[in-house]
Amino acid sequence: MTAPAARPALAPALRDAALAALIALGLFLPLVGLRTDVGPGGGLFLRTRWPDVALLVGVVFLGRLAARLWQDWRAARRGASLPKRLAGPLSRSGRLVAPLLLAFALLLPVIPGIGRYELDLGILVLTYVMLGWGLNIVVGLAGLLDLGYVAFYAVGAYSYALLAQAFGLSFWICLPLAGLLAAFWGILLGFPVLRLRGDYLAIVTLAFGEIIRLVLLNWVSLTGGPNGISGIPRPSFFGLSFSAGGGPGSFADAFGLEPSPTHRVVFLYYLILALALLTNWVTLRLRRQPLGRAWEAMREDEVACRSLGINITTTKLTAFALGAMFGGFAGAFFATRQAFISPESFTFIESAIILAIVVLGGLGSQLGVAIAALGLIGGFEVFRDLQEWRMLVFGGAMVLIMIWKPRGLVGSRTPSVALGQRRTISASMVAEGRG
Amino acid sequence: MRPILSVEALTMRFGGLTAVREVSFAAATGAITAVIGPNGAGKTTMFNCITGFYRPSEGSITLHRPERPVALHRLAGHRIARAGVARTFQNVRLFGGMTVLENLLVAQHRRLMAATGFGIGAVLGLSGYRAAEAAAIGRATAWLEACGLLDRADDPAASLPYGAQRRLEIARAMCTEPALLCLDEPAAGLNPRESLALGALLRAIRDGRAAEGASPCSILLIEHDMGVVMGISDHIVVLDHGSKIADGLPAAIRADPRVIAAYLGEGEGEDEEDEADAGAAGDGPAA
Repeated sequence: MTAPAARPALAPALRDAALAALIALGLFLPLVGLRTDVGPGGGLFLRTRWPDVALLVGVVFLGRLAARLWQDWRAARRGASLPKRLAGPLSRSGRLVAPLLLAFALLLPVIPGIGRYELDLGILVLTYVMLGWGLNIVVGLAGLLDLGYVAFYAVGAYSYALLAQAFGLSFWICLPLAGLLAAFWGILLGFPVLRLRGDYLAIVTLAFGEIIRLVLLNWVSLTGGPNGISGIPRPSFFGLSFSAGGGPGSFADAFGLEPSPTHRVVFLYYLILALALLTNWVTLRLRRQPLGRAWEAMREDEVACRSLGINITTTKLTAFALGAMFGGFAGAFFATRQAFISPESFTFIESAIILAIVVLGGLGSQLGVAIAALGLIGGFEVFRDLQEWRMLVFGGAMVLIMIWKPRGLVGSRTPSVALGQRRTISASMVAEGRG
Repeated sequence: MRPILSVEALTMRFGGLTAVREVSFAAATGAITAVIGPNGAGKTTMFNCITGFYRPSEGSITLHRPERPVALHRLAGHRIARAGVARTFQNVRLFGGMTVLENLLVAQHRRLMAATGFGIGAVLGLSGYRAAEAAAIGRATAWLEACGLLDRADDPAASLPYGAQRRLEIARAMCTEPALLCLDEPAAGLNPRESLALGALLRAIRDGRAAEGASPCSILLIEHDMGVVMGISDHIVVLDHGSKIADGLPAAIRADPRVIAAYLGEGEGEDEEDEADAGAAGDGPAA
């Protein structure tokens, strides 16, 4: 069906191109064709540049013709055949991607040739996957644009660092505490912004993120200010430490292994993997529960939600609190992994990267967010040699993705419940949420 | 007549503009009450006061539940819905990216939420949520059947044709199990055949025979389509310029000279500037 469609389209395309050329002629005739120059005697004289005009008009004509033909050709090719042909294999392969990624993530430390660098990179990527999944609750499901998500990451990190140093609490006690404190701050942020929507919400959350960072920077007596906090205790494996020298009570000693610094890295890797999967599990479960459905309904239409007796206040606050809690978990992990934190790690650009991950991956899509985090954070590292060029490349790539897939890599939505077969809902029907 | 809703001296001002002026009326239990009037008469404003989208400047709105009367004008929007008032919107407001079935489950949020132990139990997989969800799906299915949407249950709401979206919105409102269903121009944009079907559906809802397990539900509606209004209403309230000008049975309203004047712009001199409005309102009451 492609060949016959292309032929009759030629005449209108020619007419269209001729029209464009005519407009170009009208514009370029006075603009380019006539030029006043200063003559040798100091007087002005009119110089004509007809060849230039002809050239420009010709370029416009050919360019317009090519664009029209390309559009027609694409429209003809698209006509039902292409999407239909691709839809089956795509959705089938899509179902395979998630288990494959999960298997890869689980097996990464035992794959031969994977060294410390790759594991560290894996930890970094998984941290951002977790942050992306956490923010996905707020932005993707509830449709609340949050530009200050890094604040909860910071709250989690500082909670762990301060609790562990001041009270000597272990990582496993501090982890839930850090999550709870971050959730508390999420609710604190939630209250003033309940009535705000869209751009206004974004600005206030951005300010909130900056306030937290500035407080951390200036409250020197508590947080150490710009010097940060160092010597944060490392996590233990059921009470077994990962000291480099081995010795009694260490992980290597208990399992009769050769002491190696890799043990801790592998442990941290599995720790963040477990935390990320916990985030994913809770989110997936909640999506099928009334609460998750209310979040999505709120994203679609807040007014209609209210008319159905859904309390918008508590629904919004639970989204903020849950998103913040997972941010806090990730922050506590970050602190224990780095053993050093300072306000510099929690700048606005972090919020922007996490939001970019969520938006590029597709609002509300767990798989999309994971792929986007892998591509964005992994890409940053892999292309480190390109130095400043990589920012340019990534900016360009983001623009291209937004042109090609304006709703993110996985913009479609899977229904949470179905009478018959679950069919994905195309991205064009799903609302982004306005606040 | 036992009222389900009584509105007393309701006044709504926006700055210097009085959109609704001291309107009092009662909607009877088990009846379809229609509010009509030319464009700009204050129908939607009054409607928004009843359903909690505006807070009235003065007056009271009472929902008469069997247990105790509820003062709606003091309640927040979502509490009005919980008290038993469901509404639809003039411009259909569905959750477009969610399936038809999901739309109806969102409407049963409160009951389901209670069954999940407010979220915590459900995440851990502890509670009897499954049974509650199955019951909710059953209720949704019954309403889908009543509205002829059962075969579209798994399609996104935004993909439905306009008439089906209107029916879905009614089904969604009914899934909250209200005592009073408020419809804002339910026949707007429907063709005559769909309007007729809508009338039948509304009567069935009123009598509680629309869906399996449904209880009778009083209806309050705003409508421009006089054919629909005269055909199904048990009682009509006419507003003009924010005030009530008539209140009675359809036959009486049809013959009321003040109503005809309001619609056709005849009579009193102060109505003249609204001739264009009345013309735009389309069908006169006699149509």
